[in-house]
Amino acid sequence: MKALLLRDIRLAVRAGGGFGLGLAFFLIVVVLVPFGVGPDSGLLAVIAPGILWLGALLSCLLSLDRIFALDWEDGSLDLLATAPLPMEALVSLKALAHWLTTGVPLVLASPLFALLLSLPVEGYLPLVISLALGTPALSVIGTFGAALTVGLKRGGLLLSLLVLPLYVPTLIFGAEVARRGAEGLDTGVPLAMLAGITFGAIALLPFASAAVLRVNLR
Amino acid sequence: MASLWEYANPKKFIQTTDRLLPWLSVLAAITLVIGLIWGFFFTPDDFRQGSTVKIIYLHVPSALMAINAWLMMLVASLVWIVRRHHVSALAARAAAPVGAVMTVIALATGAIWGQPMWGTWWAWDPRLTSFLILFLFYLGYIALWAAIENDDTAADLTSVLCLVGSVFALLSRYAVNFWNQGLHQGASLSLDKEKNVADVFYHPLLFCIAGFVLLFVALVFLRTQTEIRARRMRALLARERLG
Repeated sequence: MKALLLRDIRLAVRAGGGFGLGLAFFLIVVVLVPFGVGPDSGLLAVIAPGILWLGALLSCLLSLDRIFALDWEDGSLDLLATAPLPMEALVSLKALAHWLTTGVPLVLASPLFALLLSLPVEGYLPLVISLALGTPALSVIGTFGAALTVGLKRGGLLLSLLVLPLYVPTLIFGAEVARRGAEGLDTGVPLAMLAGITFGAIALLPFASAAVLRVNLR
Repeated sequence: MASLWEYANPKKFIQTTDRLLPWLSVLAAITLVIGLIWGFFFTPDDFRQGSTVKIIYLHVPSALMAINAWLMMLVASLVWIVRRHHVSALAARAAAPVGAVMTVIALATGAIWGQPMWGTWWAWDPRLTSFLILFLFYLGYIALWAAIENDDTAADLTSVLCLVGSVFALLSRYAVNFWNQGLHQGASLSLDKEKNVADVFYHPLLFCIAGFVLLFVALVFLRTQTEIRARRMRALLARERLG
């Protein structure tokens, strides 16, 4: 299991794995927003939590098809499926590797990008907490979407169509935590809901992902 | 007594639905015509809403069927996963576009009513938003069916998507409640309330709901038959090419 995790991370980090791409995409989204809505820092501060969450969500989405696609193409997914490792563990590890290579960098970079959007100071900690708590859910849900579309030739657009509606609850609560934090309000309730969604998804979705992956490998 | 599972046999299903379909369609047409004409022309205008109140005869039944169509797909998907009856998977596939259209009707009539009443075509109200999300789920489900070539794989994947989607649609429904306060009025109809809407509006509304239910059942039967026959055709053509 550890070997598989390390292998996935190594593949993602090395050249051609697209490790930095998600982060770069996040940066571009953040840079483009002021061009779209104007450079007024008051307005930017208001929309910053939402923009940062959307940017994180979209850059997560971009890297989803990579979770299984490469292993599917060169056949190593079949080998992994026949390995003495439950399929549920395989998809959980894939999701974990995706989170470590996409989610964690996003979380770490978010304060820097929040600076660009002039987020109020008290909003930094809630933003980082909400992203740290919410991005695992994005990875797990995304792994399910990637497992659904792994056999398709041009599954990228379909993957977005399938995954984005599933991201709605996570986005709502995550952005709500960040917004309330920025306005200095109590973040307890949405934070608890976000944690509920994340842990619920981690606990239950690997079974669904494993089921659809088995179907796709049939 | 004959078991429900007999209808898992496509031949039996087609035989029975063939016999039922004319009755269902005629009944649906009659109830819809009665309900709509009664509702549109023979009920008084509401003293505040004027004649716009009459859109209820399209809005409420279509919204009801939009949700129940998804529920029916959920049950059919479960049946496919547990017992692997092809008719069930095809029925779920057949219901999806009907449900999507019902969702659009509910959203569109709501917008048409909302313009004069709320002064806006669209508001990010929890009910409206969750219906839009439901529509997205329908789109994803239909697109996934269309994208996969192997029928059994498609049935398996879409059923799991339907199960997972149901959970997340429900989650979204309550998450949007949290996210924004509502503009939409509470439920117009519920079983445990003494009185729902005034009787003059209520009776034609019941006809309309019955009509929409019958229409939905008839459409799903018809579309499932079409799917079964299309699949048979493909099998025959494939056999011809081989032989």
